[in-house]
Amino acid sequence: MTRFHVQLAAIAAVVCLALAPFVLSPFSITLMNYIGIYSLVAIGLALLTGVGGIVSFGQAAFVGVAAYATAWVSALNGYSPWLGLVFGVVLTCAVAAILGVVTLRLQGHFLSLSTVAWGLAIGFLFGNVEGLGRFNGISSIPPISIGSFALVSSAQIYFLIWGIVAAVLLLGYNLLDSRLGRAMRALRGGNTLVESLGINAFRIKLVTFVIAAALASLSGWLYAHMSRFISPGPFDAGMGIEYLMMSMVGGAGSLLGGVVGAAVVTLLKNSVQDYLPLIAKGASGQLEIVAFSALFILFLQWARQGIVPFVARYLPKIRRERPQPAPPLPRRAQPAPGELLLKVEGAERRFGGLVAVNNVSFEVRSGEILAVIGPNGAGKSTMFNCLTGALRVNKGEVVFAGRPITRDAQSRIARAGIARTFQHVKLRPRMSLLENVMLGTYARTRTGLLAGAFRLNRHEEASTRHEALMQLERVGLGDKPFELAGNLPLGNQRILEIARALAADPTLLVLDEPAAGLRRQEKLRLAELLRTLRADNLTILIVEHDMEFVMSLVDRIVVLDFGSKLCEGAPAAIRSDERVQEAYLGGVA
Amino acid sequence: MTSDIAAILGIDGIATGAVYALVAIGTVLIFTVTRVIFIPFGDIAAFTALTLAALDAKRFPGTGSLVVVLACLATLIEILSLLRAGELRLLPRALLFYLVLPLAVVGAAWLTMRIEPPLVVRLVLALMLITPIAPLLDRIVFRPIADGSVLLLLTVSVALHYALVGLGLLFFGPEGVRTEPLTSFSTEFAGVLVSGQTMLIVIAALLFSGLLYLFFDFTLVGKSLRATAVNRTGSRLMGIRPARAGTIAYLLGSLMAGVSGILIAPVNTVFYDSGFLIGLKAFVGAIVGGMTSYPGAAIGAVGVGILESFASFESSALKDVIVFSLLIPILIWRSLASLHSEEEIEE
Repeated sequence: MTRFHVQLAAIAAVVCLALAPFVLSPFSITLMNYIGIYSLVAIGLALLTGVGGIVSFGQAAFVGVAAYATAWVSALNGYSPWLGLVFGVVLTCAVAAILGVVTLRLQGHFLSLSTVAWGLAIGFLFGNVEGLGRFNGISSIPPISIGSFALVSSAQIYFLIWGIVAAVLLLGYNLLDSRLGRAMRALRGGNTLVESLGINAFRIKLVTFVIAAALASLSGWLYAHMSRFISPGPFDAGMGIEYLMMSMVGGAGSLLGGVVGAAVVTLLKNSVQDYLPLIAKGASGQLEIVAFSALFILFLQWARQGIVPFVARYLPKIRRERPQPAPPLPRRAQPAPGELLLKVEGAERRFGGLVAVNNVSFEVRSGEILAVIGPNGAGKSTMFNCLTGALRVNKGEVVFAGRPITRDAQSRIARAGIARTFQHVKLRPRMSLLENVMLGTYARTRTGLLAGAFRLNRHEEASTRHEALMQLERVGLGDKPFELAGNLPLGNQRILEIARALAADPTLLVLDEPAAGLRRQEKLRLAELLRTLRADNLTILIVEHDMEFVMSLVDRIVVLDFGSKLCEGAPAAIRSDERVQEAYLGGVA
Repeated sequence: MTSDIAAILGIDGIATGAVYALVAIGTVLIFTVTRVIFIPFGDIAAFTALTLAALDAKRFPGTGSLVVVLACLATLIEILSLLRAGELRLLPRALLFYLVLPLAVVGAAWLTMRIEPPLVVRLVLALMLITPIAPLLDRIVFRPIADGSVLLLLTVSVALHYALVGLGLLFFGPEGVRTEPLTSFSTEFAGVLVSGQTMLIVIAALLFSGLLYLFFDFTLVGKSLRATAVNRTGSRLMGIRPARAGTIAYLLGSLMAGVSGILIAPVNTVFYDSGFLIGLKAFVGAIVGGMTSYPGAAIGAVGVGILESFASFESSALKDVIVFSLLIPILIWRSLASLHSEEEIEE
């Protein structure tokens, strides 16, 4: 299957949707309208939950904010629904931005719980605010009119609803395939990697959150002007769960899954309403929610991945073309060989009473490979994390390229030109090799949200893709750029991390135990790769405890033991140093 | 607001808070042992109140049918999983725990009903009927995904709550109930009238928290539960079965929720869906304790009760908005407080 086939399928789907109102019964059209309206929220949730990993139970509240906003503007104050749209979207996004700034720093389930909290609080607000009709709601909301043509019947508003859904899908897929979208997709699985690539994880989360809220607000606007009446009911916590369910059933992480999920849930709900009375007379209303929740629980127990990813497994893979040569991305000015690049001065890091790093000083000069070694528990990894900003030193100073970075955030340090790899490989296993490496270029490129969604970034995107391919080829992984990173063996995953780091065009490459868990052949290949990188004048700092690997490779060694610097020098000198032998092998008996 | 009103509100708040505290402690208990944020605890509390009301009215409560349905489901699932694991020799045991015991409880309740028992017996019956529900739900709903993420478990838990609300309407009907006060005693305390019911609530909350403390610190089962909470794999290696620990936690937790339901029934009218707000407010309290500390959860829950009491005096319509908005700063505080440990875990 090629890109052309996908486009053909998309066009066929659009044609079918466009013809549907001429074939379907009025009831089915109304049902379709609801599906479309719910889809918008579910697509937002697919972005937020599936892509970004932020589970929100509160989207219904955003739908409500926009619906009440437009009802207030149009029904209570007599302005145009279009003004209601603007007001609704702006208000919702503002509310989302404020909530996001406050809550998005929360970790894991704390964040989801906060969505329950504000979802409930906003939900209660609708029924209790004077001037919004309390529990009676707001009625006689005017229909949307385009020019003088009012969209009154369900077949008329159908085109507006599904037009918006189609546009949102198109823009959404564009966005996910752009620089910002890749950053969003990298969010899932932890901030450490994202920050180490020079990406401000909090900002990306906030953007994702506001986009999801904006989609919910579109849905709310359409809902208010389609049903022409609103009350607090459709925006309560229960509906928030239902939206989450739609996006999960469709396949979390898949935008199309949002539409599929909305359709499945809505149709299922509809048929449950039809058939349950046959099973249990008089109790259908109660049984409906029971049956529904039970189905959802069964789904979560047995088919968590959702419909779209499940179906996609049986479709032929989309064949992609290798990235074509493109103008290179701008490069950083590299320091002259031998120049002082990194200086650590009296670094100290304590964890409670334990001094993990104690008064350590050393320097890294441009163009060399320096190894920091030491037995287990020597403080190597702590030192490493202090250099890359994952931890702060309690005392001392770190200066990189003449600028102190002691107090900088991880993403700032990354942007300054330090690229790192991880002891426990951190890749995005469900992204391709190419995309994983493209993540590395984030700090070098500048395509924003709108440019990404409207594909105004063709040149930069082409350069990025080509750069990523070049880095893959440089490390010897260029033959299968579209393979998923999770399918690689560990050795190659480590190499892939190096390619990603190289894509950031770093001045200093820091590797955290790159040889750990590798087989001998893999280690040899890794050493060979690092040598070629040094030949390209790249400075490398390795934290490692594999002596053999280090001795044959590096120019200089710093030895740590119990958090303090033991000695420093050329490999041969270190090898014969008695203190080092004692630290590694114990005292001479 | 005069000091008199403040005192009345304060006492009222403490009583409500004590009820939340019982549920909150149960929530923390379940969370630490199984990592499930068991939202339906409030429903368990509400169902207890409804069960007691039905018993008072000499009707056989819907809880009985609910337990029977759940027991059959759980047995079915247990048999299927035993079949798949090829461990049919465990079948008698499974039948005993998942079918015979719950049915025996329901049968005993049904028989006792005939003789029009006194209040104390009715209280015991209500608690007996309610305690099998959560462990059975655990078997049916959570055991198959026990190793899932906290978020998955939370999502399932929220869905389960909605299923229970539907079942509640089905088994108990839409009418609200308010049971007879357990005592008509009342006394004056610092110039404010304090009802016996209020005192009973506070005493029960203190008593049960105390018992739980003793259980955890001085019994082997309690210690095994704590071990499971700290590290499931580790405790499994020590011969503790996390599934069994989970069942015990659910039993204890639902007992506490049941007691709180009995205590709240004479004070507030309880509907089939009242549980959600009770559960969530208890949960706000539990979060104050970081979902790990029992005293923290109790103090937090009492705080929520007092806040709610004052908030409803200021603006009764917005009291829930106020309570849940407050959760956000609390979450931020907790998240900041737990950041240190995560930083160190990464080492």
